[in-house]
Amino acid sequence: MNKTINQKAWFFVIPVFILVAFNAAIPLMTVVNYSFQETFGNNVFAWEGTRWFKQILLSERFHAALGRQIAFTFIILLIQIPLGIGIALTMPKKGWGVPVCLILMSMPLLIPWNVVGAMWNIFALPDIGFLGHSLNGLGFDYNFTQQPGDAWFTTILMDVWHWTSLVVLLSYAGLNSIQPAYYQAAEIDGASRWATFRYIELPKMKKVLTLAILLRFMDSFMIYTEPFVLTGGGPGNTTAFLSIDLVKMALGQFDLGPAAAMSLIYFFIVLLVCWVFYNLMMKNEAQS
Amino acid sequence: MSLELKKVEKKIGIDTHIYPTSLKLEKNTINVLLGSTLAGKTTLMQIMAGLDKPTSGEIWFNSENVTGMKVQKRNCSMVYQQFINYPNYTVYENIASPLTITGVNSDEIKQRVGKVAELLKLSAMLNKKPDELSGGQQQRTALARALVKDSDLILLDEPLANLDFKLREELREELPKLFEDRDCIVVYATTEPSDALMIGGNTATLLEGKVIQYGKTLDVYNKPENLISAKVFSDPPMNIAEIKKNGDTCKLAGNDFQWKTSVKIKDGTYKIGIRPHNITTYKEGNNSVEINGKVQISELSGSESLIHFTNGNLNWVSLSNGIQQKNVGDETKLYMNTDEFLYFDQNNRLVNNG
Amino acid sequence: MAKISLKDLSHSYLEKQSNNADWALREVNIDWKDGGAYALLGPSGCGKTTLLNIVSGLLKPTKGSVLFDDKDITAFSPVERDIAQIFQFPVIYDTMTVYDNLAFPLKNRGLSHSEIASKVKEIAEMLELTSTLNNRASGLTADGKQKISLGRGLVRSDVNVIMFDEPLTVIDPHLKWILRSKLKELHQKINRTMIYVTHDQTEALTFADQVVVMHEGQIVQSGTPVELFEKPKHTFVGHFIGSPGMNILPCEIKNGEINFSGQKISSHKTIKNSNFGKTQIGIRPEFINFSNSGIPVKIKRVSNTGRHKIIDTQSSGGKIKILLNSSTEIPSGSAHITFNQKYTYIYGDNWIIE
Repeated sequence: MNKTINQKAWFFVIPVFILVAFNAAIPLMTVVNYSFQETFGNNVFAWEGTRWFKQILLSERFHAALGRQIAFTFIILLIQIPLGIGIALTMPKKGWGVPVCLILMSMPLLIPWNVVGAMWNIFALPDIGFLGHSLNGLGFDYNFTQQPGDAWFTTILMDVWHWTSLVVLLSYAGLNSIQPAYYQAAEIDGASRWATFRYIELPKMKKVLTLAILLRFMDSFMIYTEPFVLTGGGPGNTTAFLSIDLVKMALGQFDLGPAAAMSLIYFFIVLLVCWVFYNLMMKNEAQS
Repeated sequence: MSLELKKVEKKIGIDTHIYPTSLKLEKNTINVLLGSTLAGKTTLMQIMAGLDKPTSGEIWFNSENVTGMKVQKRNCSMVYQQFINYPNYTVYENIASPLTITGVNSDEIKQRVGKVAELLKLSAMLNKKPDELSGGQQQRTALARALVKDSDLILLDEPLANLDFKLREELREELPKLFEDRDCIVVYATTEPSDALMIGGNTATLLEGKVIQYGKTLDVYNKPENLISAKVFSDPPMNIAEIKKNGDTCKLAGNDFQWKTSVKIKDGTYKIGIRPHNITTYKEGNNSVEINGKVQISELSGSESLIHFTNGNLNWVSLSNGIQQKNVGDETKLYMNTDEFLYFDQNNRLVNNG
Repeated sequence: MAKISLKDLSHSYLEKQSNNADWALREVNIDWKDGGAYALLGPSGCGKTTLLNIVSGLLKPTKGSVLFDDKDITAFSPVERDIAQIFQFPVIYDTMTVYDNLAFPLKNRGLSHSEIASKVKEIAEMLELTSTLNNRASGLTADGKQKISLGRGLVRSDVNVIMFDEPLTVIDPHLKWILRSKLKELHQKINRTMIYVTHDQTEALTFADQVVVMHEGQIVQSGTPVELFEKPKHTFVGHFIGSPGMNILPCEIKNGEINFSGQKISSHKTIKNSNFGKTQIGIRPEFINFSNSGIPVKIKRVSNTGRHKIIDTQSSGGKIKILLNSSTEIPSGSAHITFNQKYTYIYGDNWIIE
């Protein structure tokens, strides 16, 4: 069925159009401009063609940052998705516990991201931070500012604390939409708790989980603020994920050309994965 | 006043949802669109209302070409299967809503709403909200809202499908009376043949996007143009079998059973259709023929008995008045009223005219 | 398989109850024999689904007990009761094939592969699902999916009772008829206790040997379809069963004489006197005939349903509906009618006076 078409509706779109143009479209075009040229400041440009792209794609530094990023995102997804589903399964569906749980779960999501980084920075300090001090007290040799392993551990822990709630809330919504008759039928069929989860809950949460994975992938792949405030990319560059490395190049070294090229490559990787996900989601929709 | 569809076709991509259809609906008629789900009834109604545009063809209302005219400009109302009402409005406000939007003054609104509410027995509920009402009352509210507008075209899309059996019966009885004094064209979509028969008026049988036959309901029922129309308009389903006619004898294909007939058609192979209530456990009609059957299933429904029986390769159903207790596996005698046989040729067209 | 008894069952969804309306079920007592086909029939909100869920163990009753073979199982879970339930919409495991769906209950109970295979094949054949066994269950139509739900209940040989909660709600009308007959055929073949909940009298009366009619949480009458039809004990049963339902007309009883519309009426039993506040005559449309003398009526409308004619008439005592064969001649304007004495009943305060 077609909705009636009202051309006057385009007028509503103009303010948004202007906003997006200034905040996204024009800066993006600027970046594209920079990526094909060499600049020495003062608006002096020299055409370089695809030199920066080739340089980035072949550079070891980029490969290393990309590798760290992929590893980070992979670990994050591996931990947060099952953990989120697990917590959602234990949350009550009726009664006073519902609002209490929902509020508790929402709280980490409401904290500004640089505050999260700062909180964990202090929390993990080996001498005065609660986490750092306790771990050292238990016999672990823990120092996230000097040991890469500890830095990774702390960064991942921080992200899990910060973002698992999103997966929890999405999974909870998905679980709540399952009609009781399915659980009743499973009970009558004598299904174990695991079988009920595998054959009823998980399939019915497919849509919601695809969304959760997509959102967590995008956010963790583009992560900047929290690890930057926590570790600054250190020790050395062991926690310099793609965005942190990119900013170092652009603002620290003022290599605008390569940085712009890296920006675009970064953008396209994210776009590619999202496109794959989108097609997967559409295929699922068509099947059901 | 009339609504005419001229070769209206609806395609979505490569799928044809409505094949080229030409229909003329006259004023003061109730027109039933009868067909199974996905036959195209809703699509056709939406095109009639202007909610959807046909891919090709024209729609004329009162000698005016209204193809492509937006639904807000056409004077029509629609009632849906799900009881659609504004949840935040009271029943009074719901019924008044089409009048309030067009700026009718409040005295006239009060008078018109009162009249329609009384017609639909809602006068006592005017201050309630839809979620305080029962299903039947909610649907009456939706009906009242459609009627208060005094539209030229009222479309009802399976309005009784979500109601309890008894409520459906009651409302179905009231419907023709509601439309008696109005100068409008009513279109009623349903999957139940009994709805069409109880409402009367005209019926169009639909299957997979095609209008098979359109005419007075009883004519379409008693004289289906082809086998498809007969099948759509039968509940319980029509019994069908292949036969060979030779002179005055008809013989079932692949079976020994034969009978004498005086029907005036050429010799050859045909398909016969007979509705279950023309096969009974007692003799009916002047040309009744006896057949032996082995009982497969026996269903009693208070005043009627449905017996599923077999005879060789024949697998048919009989519907008799009264209670006929039969056990599964029993051999029983049944009588077929051959006057009611419908003969269809190899192209599935009706060949005998009574 | 088991004999099922319900003793003094009452249930309320509220914590505290102050009046009758707060109870979903009130003092229900039923005895169901082993292997029978039973139906719970009533309008929406009468308590039939509540009753079904209490029998299956999905709901614990506020008061009263449920017994299987005289053993109190009120505290048992559904698994422990060995029941199977088919819901209003098909409940299947989307990710499994049809075969795995049917095998699931047996796998959970630890049967061997070969036992499972033979059982699944047997049930698939009974339900005509054999050709789809290797397909994904989510790809089947609604009626196919309901058959899978049914199959999961049938594969288990230890099932005491199979419960159906309005199972044909989402099925297309022309498939409804086929599936309904299939259920009846199944019951006649395997003789397991089946309880079928519905608001559709055709489904209830054709399927069940014994029908329990419910109204506002109470059982109004329990009997065979024939008993309920021929002798309703309560005016609600008379109205609810039969299409159209029983004519309920006000009458006066004085000195053993029944007066209606200025005429003396003979009922199936002579009534001496009545101490009731409200007395009514109940007579089904099927048991009224036109005659030369009797109650004067005006013919209002004649509907032709193909196999019957339903005549709406108006008498001085109220509206009277008559049901006759479609071939019968109907007078027009005014006429006289008589009631078949054998089926004329008198009701005092809604209950039959015997």
